[in-house]
Amino acid sequence: MAKTLLILGAGTGGTMVANKMAHHLDLNEWRIIVIDRDEKHYYQPGFLFIPFGMYAASDVVRPKRNFLPPTVEVRFAEVERIEPDKNRVLLGSDGRAIYYDYLVIATGSHIHPEETPGLVDGGAWMKNIFTFYSLEGAVQLAKFLKFWKGGRLVLNVAEMPIKCPVAPLEFLFLADWFFHERGIRDKVEIVYTTPLPGAFTKPRASAILGNMLEERHIHLVPDFYLMEVDTGKQVIRSYDGQEVEYDLLVSVPVNTGARVIRESGLGDELGFVPIDKHTLQSTQWENIWVIGDAGNAPTSKAGSVAHFMLDVVVENLLRHMEGLEPLPKFDGHANCFIESGFDKGILIDFNYEVEPLPGKYPLPGIGPFSLLKESHVNHWGKMLFRWFYWNVLLKGGDMPFESQMSMAGKWV
Amino acid sequence: MSDDILSTVAFDAEGYLVNPDDWTPELAEAIAAREGIQLTEKHWQVINFCRQKAAETGKSPTLRQISVGTGISTKELFQLFPKGPAKRVAKIAGLKKPEGCI
Repeated sequence: MAKTLLILGAGTGGTMVANKMAHHLDLNEWRIIVIDRDEKHYYQPGFLFIPFGMYAASDVVRPKRNFLPPTVEVRFAEVERIEPDKNRVLLGSDGRAIYYDYLVIATGSHIHPEETPGLVDGGAWMKNIFTFYSLEGAVQLAKFLKFWKGGRLVLNVAEMPIKCPVAPLEFLFLADWFFHERGIRDKVEIVYTTPLPGAFTKPRASAILGNMLEERHIHLVPDFYLMEVDTGKQVIRSYDGQEVEYDLLVSVPVNTGARVIRESGLGDELGFVPIDKHTLQSTQWENIWVIGDAGNAPTSKAGSVAHFMLDVVVENLLRHMEGLEPLPKFDGHANCFIESGFDKGILIDFNYEVEPLPGKYPLPGIGPFSLLKESHVNHWGKMLFRWFYWNVLLKGGDMPFESQMSMAGKWV
Repeated sequence: MSDDILSTVAFDAEGYLVNPDDWTPELAEAIAAREGIQLTEKHWQVINFCRQKAAETGKSPTLRQISVGTGISTKELFQLFPKGPAKRVAKIAGLKKPEGCI
């Protein structure tokens, strides 16, 4: 009887794994099943550009099926429960069980604005409170900004970790640029409240990005732990009693793992699956592997990271199927383009051990991208990336970067 | 007297204990006093939880982990350890600086 590789989630990580494994496995011996609840694939990095009219919703949505090979069985259904001790999952629609030999969890991280009192239930959600972490929120915010005459814009990050930790900074830089272009920058006050002690978590990048905020007259409020939103007074309040007033609140809500992970008892406090951060294998079940932001590896929850995890997950799955030990090859490599407005961008490249440093990437001394420094080329890299994403990356094609981080070209 | 005990061990620039083996409950009292906190039973419940969690995972727990793990609300944690409970507890419990997950 054929063995089953089951992949939960057909986002960036799950789609890439399905493509690679369909290529590697003997499909007379194996069947590959992918389950996702949503037929649409969202290019999530593109959400950021929608509020500023740079992208439309149609730029960031494609049918999931288009990116999966025909040899893979795809089911669009809600997974009700994962039962790892029985090697099966139960579907919500009909309660049917699907048994697996190997399970890859790629269920992602998800926003939960309802976790913060007042954010959704205060009556101002999608009126003067928005998030760009959902397609709908980004589209509604675009409509709001189109006719906004100015005031106090507050961007709040509720709690770490969040998906794509540089996105809030990009939003701020783009907002500064957008209001300049609209000729109302002098009528807009921009405030950034974050639970982090500075602009970013890593010291050298934090200092440089912090300076960039200052140059743009964006006011940083660090160590701000959001407790509630008071829509009556139009303030956000922290646990230690600080209040910040807003006219327009843009929220990066609490992020957690998928509901099914939490309800099946597979997650940590936030519903992220505990994994070995170097092999990407579940710490509890040896036939379960995790790719992307569904896991608890202490690295960025971002598509680039899922991409760098891909080769490690695939190689380790194949090794395990042959009875070999998994290799601890994942180094936490992350690589993020940060849009900084005015057609410029910054690139940062880092891993578990090495913080973002200045230099050139991917070719040492040549680039063409500059690390931790603004350039036009970095911006165009980010813009071209969407094409690579749809046409190369999702299908498991080779990108011109190595999975493991390299120190070559970095200035220490 | 608490000054004596603080001068016998090494702290890094931010005030975290350099060598975790130096930690004792007496040292915790002294660090807390330096931070302006008088330790109660509830403080100790949090400190003990954090030390246990760190021993299991090798990392200082996050605010969310502390709140879920101890059943003490985030708001109360801010009252017990004002201005960033996760960092404050880590210092007093002789743990590493919590990694801002990135």
